[in-house]
Amino acid sequence: MQLTQDEQAMLRGDQGTARREAIAFQIEVGRFFGARRFVPISNAHMMGDIEVMGDAGLARLERMLAEGARCEIGITTNARCIDFAHDRALGQDPAEVAKERRIIECLRGMNVITADTCINYQTLYQPHLGEHLAWGDTGTVIYANSVFGARTNFEGGPSALAAAITGRTPEYGFHLDEHRRGNLVVHLDFDPSDLADWGAIGRLVGEPNQSYYTVPVFSGIRRAPCADELKHLGASLASYGSHAMFHMVGVTPEAASVEMACGGQAPTRTMRITRADLDRLYASYDLRDRRCRLVVFSAPQLSLFELKRISELLDGRTVATGTRLFVTTSNAMRRTADELGYIGRIEAAGGTVLEGVCFYILQNLSPLREREGWDSLLTNSAKLANTITAHRFNTILRPTADCVEAAITGELR
Amino acid sequence: MSDVLASFRVQRAAGPLVEGEAVISTEGFSPRYDLDRWTGVISKPGHKLEGVSIRDRILFFPTAKGGIAAGWAFNDLIGKGIAPKAFVFGVTNPVMVQGAIYAGITITEGWDPDPITLIRTGDRVRIDPARGVIELLQRA
Repeated sequence: MQLTQDEQAMLRGDQGTARREAIAFQIEVGRFFGARRFVPISNAHMMGDIEVMGDAGLARLERMLAEGARCEIGITTNARCIDFAHDRALGQDPAEVAKERRIIECLRGMNVITADTCINYQTLYQPHLGEHLAWGDTGTVIYANSVFGARTNFEGGPSALAAAITGRTPEYGFHLDEHRRGNLVVHLDFDPSDLADWGAIGRLVGEPNQSYYTVPVFSGIRRAPCADELKHLGASLASYGSHAMFHMVGVTPEAASVEMACGGQAPTRTMRITRADLDRLYASYDLRDRRCRLVVFSAPQLSLFELKRISELLDGRTVATGTRLFVTTSNAMRRTADELGYIGRIEAAGGTVLEGVCFYILQNLSPLREREGWDSLLTNSAKLANTITAHRFNTILRPTADCVEAAITGELR
Repeated sequence: MSDVLASFRVQRAAGPLVEGEAVISTEGFSPRYDLDRWTGVISKPGHKLEGVSIRDRILFFPTAKGGIAAGWAFNDLIGKGIAPKAFVFGVTNPVMVQGAIYAGITITEGWDPDPITLIRTGDRVRIDPARGVIELLQRA
């Protein structure tokens, strides 16, 4: 890689051990992908919680802090694995809870804003067209690339943190025009009507086209989707397909037409999705004994608009005895929704609202599933239905209102 | 040095030279979706490798699923003593690469020809990132 004088100084250690180690790691990643140089970034977003880091990750954070690591650009944290108001009720391990607190201290000590949200793009930072970033999780990345036209790869926790310490990231993947061109045209033959429909589309496109370099181009859009719909589509594409970008003709900024989205080249593949395809997908989930004991609205965290809708669907009703309904959102969204009465309505119905976390990364999730005797998990999030499977849940995707009805009746349909 | 029965070129590689037992998957991989990260066993119901331990193995996956978790998770697998020796991907994503480099685990991407045509689970293989080759050393 070509290094500027500043970058060479970092690599020599002139700017301290932490920066030397950060840039050396980035250079190794950059070399793997054949990056020719670094690009300056203006914002980073990182995952960092004890569930995924483990003791080995915490030890490395402690060492970085001791070496004087300090982030030079704005960096926020993704959802974490513990809501400190609910850890006991969820049976989370007190030793791990203490480590989670220590991670937060370490990150703050390095000038990281511990905002704990996976919807930073809706609530904290809206990048502009062409802006270079170092973001993760994947839902934040695909939203940034697709909807804002910003430029970022999937950056894991150590990688996003390194980028914030050096203020740059290697130029490969979605920083480059050549990887941003659409190469799979998807014609939508109907008007999706629920967040789950958009997530289902993400699965139908992503699963059979699994590749970081697949960039779907959606055409045939009859109604411009709102931010939450784009969020669920993107999160699902990133999850099932490992995709980092999509275009939507007439909606996203690099897609005034199919031709523009494909960079003037003929798309190599095309597919069509109909309402019947979605119906078949919904029908394919195994309902087991049809008992609904767990309903989760999460992944990504809910926006204010989603919280409002759930609160309206639950208003004056009660979740069935023996059934749990969970909602996760960001700290800030919870505060606002609380003031507006949405949280009160959800809680009055028997729902539990967790903040700063996402359901599938909760610490101790497999033991929690066993303790509660949970088998099926019902959700309107296609992403959640995919990401939680290592914990051996039987996941079922349904439209939002159907999920609420199942929570009220205790029956899957 | 063992005799080499067959060899494959990889497009990109990082990490130390390693030898070990191959595990071939026709399904992609995510440490978050597919793996019990406390035991090192593939736990997703219905995964092509369900019930298989990844510890000390050389894992062949056609694709990467997801996922940001690998950034930290591979380092955690090393800490817990349940890490594989190497990941061999057809197509991967940057987080798998970042995570493997961070953890010091060998990783490669892109292959020619597709090793699944010749290598089977249980075969002994060697990955040499510096030369960009995978070598079949011994049949199972």
